[in-house]
Amino acid sequence: MASLVARRVGTFVAVLAALWGLWEAFKWFGEATEFRLGSFEVNDRTLPHLHDVFAELGEPSRRNGPTLISILDDAALFTAKEAAAGFALGATFGFLIAIVLVHSGLLQRSLLPYIVASQTVPILAIAPMVVVWVNPQLPDSLKGWGAVAVIAAYLTFFPVTINTLRGLQSADPRAIELMRSYAASRWRVLWKLRVPASMPYLFAALKISATASVVGAIIGELPASITEGLGGAILNFNQYYASAPTRLWATNLVAAALGIAFFLAVLAAEKVVVRRAPEHVA
Amino acid sequence: MSQSEQVVSLRDVSKTFERTGTSALEGIELEIGRREFISLIGPSGCGKSTLLRIVGDLIQPSSGDVVVNGKPAHQARLDRDYGIVFQDAVLYEWRTVAKNIGLPLEMGGWDRRRRQERVHEMLELVELTGFADHHPWQLSGGMQQRVSIARALSFSPALLLMDEPFGALDEMTRERLNAELLGIWAETGSTVIFVTHSIAEAVFLSTRVVVMSPRPGRISGVVEIDLPQPRTNELREDARFAELIRDVRRVLRRGGGLDEHEEPLPVEERV
Repeated sequence: MASLVARRVGTFVAVLAALWGLWEAFKWFGEATEFRLGSFEVNDRTLPHLHDVFAELGEPSRRNGPTLISILDDAALFTAKEAAAGFALGATFGFLIAIVLVHSGLLQRSLLPYIVASQTVPILAIAPMVVVWVNPQLPDSLKGWGAVAVIAAYLTFFPVTINTLRGLQSADPRAIELMRSYAASRWRVLWKLRVPASMPYLFAALKISATASVVGAIIGELPASITEGLGGAILNFNQYYASAPTRLWATNLVAAALGIAFFLAVLAAEKVVVRRAPEHVA
Repeated sequence: MSQSEQVVSLRDVSKTFERTGTSALEGIELEIGRREFISLIGPSGCGKSTLLRIVGDLIQPSSGDVVVNGKPAHQARLDRDYGIVFQDAVLYEWRTVAKNIGLPLEMGGWDRRRRQERVHEMLELVELTGFADHHPWQLSGGMQQRVSIARALSFSPALLLMDEPFGALDEMTRERLNAELLGIWAETGSTVIFVTHSIAEAVFLSTRVVVMSPRPGRISGVVEIDLPQPRTNELREDARFAELIRDVRRVLRRGGGLDEHEEPLPVEERV
């Protein structure tokens, strides 16, 4: 067990080192050969050293101000709150839709195209409308970030609906016959058979949705004019990119870390919930 | 045998699959008494699995009467009068062995303590004590099938429906489970309807072998198995055993069920 953990950590560090090496090698190569792609050229502004990006985290972002990392920490926590609320909302909503759809072929045929269509509309076009519609309805404690959570939920629910629907239909037909032989009601077939059978599918979707909810929250902050989150930070540091590119890069790193943290949380929940033959766990 | 002694009674039962127009069963007449062990044997496509599902009210006959325990098959299903075992164990892989066996009891509204007691008894019956907390994928195929039998018997149904339960197992495991099944049958006193492809298995297990012929599925003959009870594996070398196997083969051939070139199984037979 201990050796397994050691090996995993070892692999992780090795891959990280390799990526780092690749980055720096490309930068060095690009600068040495004066590589150009249209107007793109490799220099400290377009592609800063990774160690400079990390070093930036420890620097104050303005004179005598707090360090960048503490600012980004606060921003990440704020965005995490929006994303987590959106994730919970979207996952619940998506799951419930799937349960309704699995019981009616008619609803499935008539509603599914619109559910798919909902995802082809760019989130950037939807987000401002959501803010305008939702924000006035919210109590003060939810104002602003509540609307962002709804935007995150909009990205979250779709994979959950599609996969859960597939999962609910995945139960062995003979297992359903078995339930019929016990004179089980539809409701019990649902809870004792279909829902447990759908769990691996649900978790496959939740992993996609976990990262999507973070993206949704970051993007949703822009039309909602929220400055406390990572979306606000990105917008802010984007303006100063010419003079301090490492700040935006550092912000991207923190945003990525937040997405990974969400993903790992789902993975941990899956380990607890899904009891399956090892080959059946995605 | 008086009317009340009948566990299953089929009168002129026919089944046509509407989508394809295939006639799966035609004019099936069969009376099965309490404590009988009936095997349905015949080539692929003769409708034996279909007949089993009709008895279990899992599919509806196109015509004819199906009476189980003195009531319509539909009512018998609602009263949980039968247990069913498929070719694959069909265990719920997210449940432990004990919880799989307890599933029908949960559905029947047994309280937790009675459930635990009963599951423990069943584990002893199929000799799987000590595996209660295992998950299905940790068991061999033969063990999984024993769990599935324990599950079917857990609520002491009067009737046990078995659809080629040992068909996917190797010959050795199959013979051992045959012997075990006979022990369980003697102990529980249930009536069994057993679908199989194996003539030897049918003769070894049954009190009567019902031979079916294909397209449309009909009963081409019934062979009484007068081998002594309880049956042991030595019986397989007995002259009478060989003779009965010959009898069953003869009926099969007469019904056209022993030709070497069988047509593929109609898709709906499996539904």
